[in-house]
Amino acid sequence: MNRYSRQQLFAPIGEKGQRYIRKKHVLIIGAGALGAANAETLVRAGIGKITIIDRDYVEWSNLQRQQLYTEDDAAKQLPKAIAASVHLRAINRDVVVEPIVADADARLLDDFVARERPDIILDSTDNFDVRMIINDVSQKYDVPWIYGACVGSYGLSYVIIPNETPCLRCLLEEVPLGNATCDTVGIISPVVHMVVAHQTVEALKICVHAQVNRKLVSFDIWQGQYRMIDVHKLKKDDCPSCGKTRTYPALQYENETKFAVLCGRETVQIRPARRGEREWTTLLLFLEKCGIQVEQNDYLCSFTVDGRRFVVFSDGRVFIHGTNDIQEAKRLYYQYLG
Amino acid sequence: MRCIINGETIHLPSHVSTVAQLLHHFHIHKKIAIVEINMHIVPKEDYEHTAIADGDRIEIVHFVGGG
Ligand SMILES: [Zn+2]
Repeated sequence: MNRYSRQQLFAPIGEKGQRYIRKKHVLIIGAGALGAANAETLVRAGIGKITIIDRDYVEWSNLQRQQLYTEDDAAKQLPKAIAASVHLRAINRDVVVEPIVADADARLLDDFVARERPDIILDSTDNFDVRMIINDVSQKYDVPWIYGACVGSYGLSYVIIPNETPCLRCLLEEVPLGNATCDTVGIISPVVHMVVAHQTVEALKICVHAQVNRKLVSFDIWQGQYRMIDVHKLKKDDCPSCGKTRTYPALQYENETKFAVLCGRETVQIRPARRGEREWTTLLLFLEKCGIQVEQNDYLCSFTVDGRRFVVFSDGRVFIHGTNDIQEAKRLYYQYLG
Repeated sequence: MRCIINGETIHLPSHVSTVAQLLHHFHIHKKIAIVEINMHIVPKEDYEHTAIADGDRIEIVHFVGGG
């Protein structure tokens, strides 16, 4: 029995559409609530390949809505991309699943999309900085991307097709600051699924070359509100991302160690300029010499000093939990890891 | 003035007469909002001088970052 028989019976997809779906490569950026659900839906649908990029690891507070993860993943502090790939392969071994444990920054996304030319980029991120990078990469390499976001019981989604629709920068003149986040006003799982339903249906339509929904969709699932707005008039000729003279502002690299507060999490992320594997042995020896207890798995190690928990990823990034103070984080970082 | 905003009938105070004032009234930053009046989208540069009238059906969409 063909596992895709029900999907093929659906006339707009059919056997032909299913063959298209099997050939597509989708890049999913973020493996949180949206990323996990987007990935599972597409893997079950029989997509050819997914690449899933995420910088974080599984925590207990994720289990309420991030549907791929288990208590065991949280106990082991597995990186989300890795845990997701294990579960996704168990769901459908025919799909190629490529996890990348890293911060999806301009350099990584520019290199990846230039090299791999995915068919679709699915936004499953939690901030506008990375969405503006996705937006520029999409325009630069002519790859459609699907915006999706939610907070509380409110969500929205929009498909951006280069050279056809307005881009995110056309719709948003600046990156919203001080916005409500899932960490401040919470989030319920049903709205995640509503956003994912919109993102994945449009992804399937792109796969089978059907007409996508050009409208901006937004809804409040608790209030029972749903609306679609035609935004095509907002496309700007002078947009620096999709207009006639493009500068791709979000792709201007900065080659320095970056310190960033992870919104609402009392955590500072440090991203060293130099990429590549962190030298573990020296670090572990040093910490041992200081009498600091280290927990470790294949992808990260964690330890506590001065009442702050450090998580060191093998790609070089560090989280310092328990502070929102960049100066304090800098001091601690250079003191122990610099 | 009474308008239907995002599907609900809302009484607006008399000092709210343009789109810019409407967004201000709801504490929504104009650069991150999309406004549609009677099915017509309003470009951001027109917010200051686009009047709203009694009975208008207005949709306001704001972007969020979570996920
Ligand atoms: Zn644009």
